Amino acid sequence: MSELPPPAPTAGLRLASAVCGTEVVVVRVADPAAVIECGGAPMRAAGTPPTPGAAPAAGLDGGSLIGKRYGGVDAPVELLCVKAGAGTLAASGLVLDLRSAKPLPASD
Amino acid sequence: MNTTMLLEMAAEALGDRVAIGSRSGGTTYAELLATARRGAARLREQGVERVAYLGLNGPQLPALLFAAGAAGAAFAPLNYRYTDTQLAAAVAALAPATAVLGPGASGRITGVAAADVLDANDSNDNHDAFVAPDAVAVLLLTSGTSGPPKVAVLRHEHLVPYVISTVEFAAAGADEAILVSVPPYHVAGISSVLTSVYAGRRMVQLPAFAADAWVELAATERVTHAMVVPTMLGRILDELESRGERLPALRHLSYGGGRMPLPIVERAVRLLPGVDLVNAYGLTETSSTIALLGPDDHRAALASDDPAVRARLGSVGRPLPSVELQIRGDDGVRVPAGVSGEVWVRGEQVSGEYVSHRATTADGWYPTRDRGHLDAGGYLFLDGRADDVIVRGGENISPGEIEDVLLEHPAVADAAVLGVPDTEWGERVEAVVVPAGAPPAEPELQEWVRARLRSTRVPARVHLRSALPSTETGKVLRRVLRAELSAAAEAIR
Repeated sequence: MSELPPPAPTAGLRLASAVCGTEVVVVRVADPAAVIECGGAPMRAAGTPPTPGAAPAAGLDGGSLIGKRYGGVDAPVELLCVKAGAGTLAASGLVLDLRSAKPLPASD
Repeated sequence: MNTTMLLEMAAEALGDRVAIGSRSGGTTYAELLATARRGAARLREQGVERVAYLGLNGPQLPALLFAAGAAGAAFAPLNYRYTDTQLAAAVAALAPATAVLGPGASGRITGVAAADVLDANDSNDNHDAFVAPDAVAVLLLTSGTSGPPKVAVLRHEHLVPYVISTVEFAAAGADEAILVSVPPYHVAGISSVLTSVYAGRRMVQLPAFAADAWVELAATERVTHAMVVPTMLGRILDELESRGERLPALRHLSYGGGRMPLPIVERAVRLLPGVDLVNAYGLTETSSTIALLGPDDHRAALASDDPAVRARLGSVGRPLPSVELQIRGDDGVRVPAGVSGEVWVRGEQVSGEYVSHRATTADGWYPTRDRGHLDAGGYLFLDGRADDVIVRGGENISPGEIEDVLLEHPAVADAAVLGVPDTEWGERVEAVVVPAGAPPAEPELQEWVRARLRSTRVPARVHLRSALPSTETGKVLRRVLRAELSAAAEAIR
């Protein structure tokens, strides 16, 4: 059975890693043609379980942290990690940086 | 992406932490998610498109909000202060809505009990519906202080970005607890659920606000955070003073939802010296906060000898980094700092949409109908609602500046200033004043205003009342006062 092509990134799209437990939500899209990857493999529609036996590629096993944003100034996308895993997040071969945000005081 | 994803994340990272209720015996994030999923399965099974919730603050509120989110149903909290007739009309306006009744609400309108939705013990937990980001998450009736209420639309794509851009995930300490006392039908009642869950901050809910109950609950639950509207804060401070209670656990108090009189802020600083204060400005249509005056801003203003910095205590601070904010003139063109105009905002959290129409421009800017100006440092000062501006002989007069001056008079406890139709001026300025003790004489108040502002600002009449008609969250119902004063003016003519 041939694999479906990865869905084109749009804000709000939820994706699952093919090689670990990582799940992300796309927060911002600068390049709609970007391919979102985790652990060296394209991410798939949420709900698709990781390929049995698969693991992040060497050097792309830095892991992802729940609640953190991944992107960068020139990154094609910004992602929010909603489930942590072992793979490194990337877009079209470019490793995404963990974005630190200055916390705001609680207002609600 | 939908609001329930925020709870799923909290349950994933902090599953055993208490989400709602007392530190021992409260509901954990994992339990809240399980309840919400059962509720979602039930809502989906019954084909519910909109949940019209009638009830006080309580554990059912977050559970139903997240159940609706997961089921792709809109959540529409209703104002329990409405009469039964008004409630029936609201449910009809929200059609196709199913009324879900919390404790105390049964019999008021036709609907199903919240407990029956949430505590379904059938095995169906087919909750994983795909909910599109642009699905409607929440419908809120705006307070309608200047006109009839409108139904505001907030989509998942507004609320989720608001939360994830303003709150650091799971950043709350295990000891933190927020006291939620704003009613569920206020935007802050919804946003506080979402932001508290995402922060991992335990929620302690006060079913309905009363100052003594608030202080008691804050003390017993060792509450660290709270959000209040101006009228609540005044009453809480009275209560703290009379009890000699200082709430040692409290360290963060945010206020918003209306004009906060400066004397109350100064009193809060005096009575709660170690507490971080935050003034938040937001609207229903903007998913809550768009600008805030943070703890450091409060301290800088209080410590400053520079009148311009000191004045910032009366501002609502600076726009959030994720929100663009401009002041525009009546011609829609941006005006420079120091010039008053209408507040316009743009950002992912900004909906600006109603069931009946969309108020945003094609490029996403939302005119708030609030008037204000920015100072040189980018701090926003609000003058009041654009619809409340009094046009006297072609001159625009902001009621807020006259109200502030009246409130400084020792004999004035509360004041509202309005425009009343006038054959000579188009509108004339009139004031409604609640005396603080012995009623002040009309000429004395008129002279008080004349000495501090221009003569055009002097109220032609000062009416005395024992209280101002207001919404439960303390906003003066100007349309009620305007109708009364206009009718009185008509009768005299």
